[in-house]
Amino acid sequence: MTYKIIASQCTGCSACEPQCPNVAISEKNGTFVINPKKCTECIGYFDEPQCVAVCPVENTCVIDTSFPRYQPAA
Amino acid sequence: MSAVVVGIAATLSSVPISTGTVIRVEVANQAAAPKGCSSSGSSGKSSCGSGAGAGDLSPEIWEKIKNHPCYSEEAHHHYARMHVAVAPACNIQCNYCNRKYDCANESRPGVVSERLTPEQAAKKVVAVASTIPQMTVLGIAGPGDPLANPDKTFKTFELISRQAPDIKLCLSTNGLALPDHVDTIKKFNVDHVTITINMIDPEIGAEIYPWVYYRNKRYKGRDAAKILTERQLQGLEMLTDRGILCKVNSVMIPGINDKHLVEVNKAVKSRGAFLHNIMPLISAPEHGTVFGLNGQRGPTAQELKALQDGCEGQMNMMRHCRQCRADAVGLLGEDRSAEFTTEKIMQMDVEYDAEKRRIYQESVETVRQEKAAAKKAELVGLAGEHTDIKVLVAVATKGEGKINEHFGHANEFQVYELSTEGAKFVGHRRVDLYCQGGYGEEDTLATVTRAINDCHAVFVAKIGGCPRDELKAAGIEPVDKYAFEFIEKSALAWFKDYLAKVKAGEIEHTTRGDAAIRQGALLAA
Repeated sequence: MTYKIIASQCTGCSACEPQCPNVAISEKNGTFVINPKKCTECIGYFDEPQCVAVCPVENTCVIDTSFPRYQPAA
Repeated sequence: MSAVVVGIAATLSSVPISTGTVIRVEVANQAAAPKGCSSSGSSGKSSCGSGAGAGDLSPEIWEKIKNHPCYSEEAHHHYARMHVAVAPACNIQCNYCNRKYDCANESRPGVVSERLTPEQAAKKVVAVASTIPQMTVLGIAGPGDPLANPDKTFKTFELISRQAPDIKLCLSTNGLALPDHVDTIKKFNVDHVTITINMIDPEIGAEIYPWVYYRNKRYKGRDAAKILTERQLQGLEMLTDRGILCKVNSVMIPGINDKHLVEVNKAVKSRGAFLHNIMPLISAPEHGTVFGLNGQRGPTAQELKALQDGCEGQMNMMRHCRQCRADAVGLLGEDRSAEFTTEKIMQMDVEYDAEKRRIYQESVETVRQEKAAAKKAELVGLAGEHTDIKVLVAVATKGEGKINEHFGHANEFQVYELSTEGAKFVGHRRVDLYCQGGYGEEDTLATVTRAINDCHAVFVAKIGGCPRDELKAAGIEPVDKYAFEFIEKSALAWFKDYLAKVKAGEIEHTTRGDAAIRQGALLAA
């Protein structure tokens, strides 16, 4: 799995963008999106996903269940 | 004192802190030795502050604030400021803020209509400076926190200091990231920094801040508030150590921090803050904030004034704050941001003319001196009077320190307290325009009356017959005989007449009631 940003909730404040350790977040039409190929759920970097921790709107950065759970390299 | 606080910071930065093991080092709140300009005279009261004039301050400090509308009450009648909204991200959550709410018809911090890149912001500043030569201050105040967007904030300062070097740079922060950036702030010659400090007690902080994002972690409740207060006070000390003028903003939230703000006042004064600005909470359900939705009320006009008066013995207080938007442009009481949208700016062909600005600002200084002389002359007449009578009066003005606004066109009234000591600016009341399209509206008149209900008189350049009668019925005397004259001189002349009438038994002095602070959106721009 990976995190995704619910566009209708995103304020476009950009707080998440510089916090992502994988540079997976970018702006698209005034709101922000997470590249699922780059997202590691912050595993191996931080105790909690940074986009979730910094986002000003609750339940906006959420798990995208359409992707398999991220597996850190052994 | 400094060493203790720095020690805490070292602990914070070197030890990974989890929610369960929050450091237990208390920030000492005992009064540290006053620094900077915060001590003088036998009263122990700061000699610097909102109402202070050239004679009360050291030349160095006066030079810094004399044309800064936010740091000098006297300057705010003449000089304008602008904010550029280059800093959208924030690192804390406050219960009086909802970042989803962007509305052009509303004036409160945290709200903007459009965000700018540093390059757009620099162009906007040059365009505004050329159009409004009395614009002397550029501030970055959000709509998030400037120091949660350090690259954008400092890039903007860099561009502006190159293109318009005479403009003063200013920023307003919640203080969480402040200690990390103090040296950069100094490097960019940012002379004025405002920190919003609503508490120094984490128990109280937990009711105001649901969380902070600090060192890659979200902290909640008391832990969050504890980190925040430590960082704020440390940042304040670091700034004052470097000679940077600091203003502290506090939001007065009745039942939560209203009594506590007296302690906050002492704590910030002892750390060298220059000015304390206690502002009323703005809270309405339509703002979608926690406080708006849970019915938390803001203070009344007299509750706010009583707290400001109570703290004034410790330190001078700012009372002319308009709690403006993060993209405001113009004099503090006005907002001309709609004239300077990005679309319009990009079409403007602007040339920065420093000489033209200097000449204009010289003419402003002449008016200021005339105003001060007029006030002084009127004060002489009061010298022999001794009475405890104090009254408030409201004034319709659009700047220059003159009574030069029509009652129906005023979207705010400035409030002066008159006594034998003189005329003192003690606040302002925002109202909806009474007169729209030439017709006065009765419902609006009632809200105006409520907003200035604690005043004995209202000074205007002109007023229609209908509102005149209604104001009289409400016990507020409409006064238009000083139209286009200086405010303080006129108010003192009126006050002398008032005292004479009381003395002669023509009228009886009565005290007025309380007044309401307007909460809703500013519907008429």
